[in-house]
Amino acid sequence: MAMMEEPSSTMTEIDSDHPNIEEYLHTESINAERCEESLRLRDLLNISPSLTEAAGAIVDDSFTRCFKSNPPEPWNWNVYLFPLWCLGVVIRYGILFPARVAVLAVGWMVFFMAFIPVHFLMSDHNNLKQKIERKLVEMMCSVFVASWTGVVKYHGPRPSMRPQQVFVANHTSMIDFIILEQMSAFAVIMQKHPGWVGFLQKNILESVGCIWFNRTEAKDREIVARKIRNHIQDSDNNPLLIFPEGTCVNNHYTVMFKKGAFELGCAVCPVAIKYNKIFVDAFWNSKKQSFTTHLAQLMTSWAVVCDVWYLEPQYLKSGESSIDFAERIRDIISVRAGLKKVPWDGYLKYSRPSPKHTERKQQAFADSILRRLKEK
Amino acid sequence: MGNTSSMLTQYDIEEVQEHCNNAFSQQEIVSLYHRFCQLDRSGGGFISGDEFLSVPEFAVNPLSERLLRMLDGLNFKEFVAFLAAFSSRTKMEQKIEFIFKVYDSDGNGKVTFDDVLNVMRDLTGSFMSEQQRQKVLMHVFEEAGYEKDSSLVLSDFTKILSNSGLKMEVEVPID
Repeated sequence: MAMMEEPSSTMTEIDSDHPNIEEYLHTESINAERCEESLRLRDLLNISPSLTEAAGAIVDDSFTRCFKSNPPEPWNWNVYLFPLWCLGVVIRYGILFPARVAVLAVGWMVFFMAFIPVHFLMSDHNNLKQKIERKLVEMMCSVFVASWTGVVKYHGPRPSMRPQQVFVANHTSMIDFIILEQMSAFAVIMQKHPGWVGFLQKNILESVGCIWFNRTEAKDREIVARKIRNHIQDSDNNPLLIFPEGTCVNNHYTVMFKKGAFELGCAVCPVAIKYNKIFVDAFWNSKKQSFTTHLAQLMTSWAVVCDVWYLEPQYLKSGESSIDFAERIRDIISVRAGLKKVPWDGYLKYSRPSPKHTERKQQAFADSILRRLKEK
Repeated sequence: MGNTSSMLTQYDIEEVQEHCNNAFSQQEIVSLYHRFCQLDRSGGGFISGDEFLSVPEFAVNPLSERLLRMLDGLNFKEFVAFLAAFSSRTKMEQKIEFIFKVYDSDGNGKVTFDDVLNVMRDLTGSFMSEQQRQKVLMHVFEEAGYEKDSSLVLSDFTKILSNSGLKMEVEVPID
């Protein structure tokens, strides 16, 4: 579930939204810099730097790499190992999978039997009701984690309920949320989903204070921003969890953090999540598979192994912009989880880059020509 | 399960190598093939302009629109042939010919003043006025001994660019 908000109402702030893209991109597209003598025809005709850049992007680019599912290393292509692997398939699909489906089914039944009466019979602003619902959601998430034999190691202190803090984590799959939720209930900011996930969002997750929105609706952003501000003031609310990348990344890279979570003026607690790909790739490639297929893939694997680090809370330093702050948090998470940073906005999966980047290149080129004309 | 990393046979690879004048090694061809399949999201065996533009690093290039005219709808062999101009094994003359083709948008073997102006417009956008561009171009044209209405052919390009320290190389990542 790609989740994120972009409280700063308009979408015109693309410029400020991209922290330091130039640091990452090749800027040597201006060959004119090299020889500062007067401009010659050959300098104008030589467009090789731009061409090289274009071809380089076609051959390989850091953005596509972020969303590439990595196929498992083939280890079974061997006469001795192959029967073993076949046996594994039989166990995984014939025994583990049905058993896990049964666990899930029982979990859901227990959950609904307890949740429905509590939800509909108890009065709305009742602390006990909140507490029970919270526990039930945590339990259901544990059932989910059990359904793929999640081997999760949590490092660091367990989050407590208190106002004025948000948790931010890197995002690989909707299961990030389940893994974090089983430990302690979070209110999460998430993308609206269709189907059964949407049903759960609407009917159950609302009770733990989750806020959802539609990525493409600019209007939603404002509403979400307001809801977030109200949410973090209240000590009775579950801690807020934000995935500032706004989209699932394959757990080898981090894409740009949207700055919304970092301009709330409260403590930001980074959470780093690293999956071990030994049995299954936990990356949810939402363009290629539905969440149900993704879950089925996890449920037919031996186990989902991952590490979760709750890191030290960070505060905005004086003189630091929210973008710098977001980058600093991204550094902390990337280092802890061993991820590489790329400068791209994850939303580029859904849209084209802003013409501003092209214009910047054009400006650099034009400036170099004009400067050399003057010097002549 | 198992190793399906390359579905290309020796014949396929050799055919492609021949098509691009051995600009790439066999491993590089295999790598390029994976990249091609990755970019070809629709799985149709060719890459559409839209699919190229889905690579942000390509889309922000000022020349991307112009290159798309050469790139749109390429199949794998053509894709490799396009990239061959950026191989370290390709001769300078061929690289210059590639640049010439980028300029020569109507493909008539001649590059006019206007062709050069068009590329310059792509590269400078709104940061130079049309008059400035014309003036600059007039100036360098005359300095190099050409008139405004003279058109350049490939040999002119070779003469102009061959000693300019042109470097146009892209490394194909092999994993």
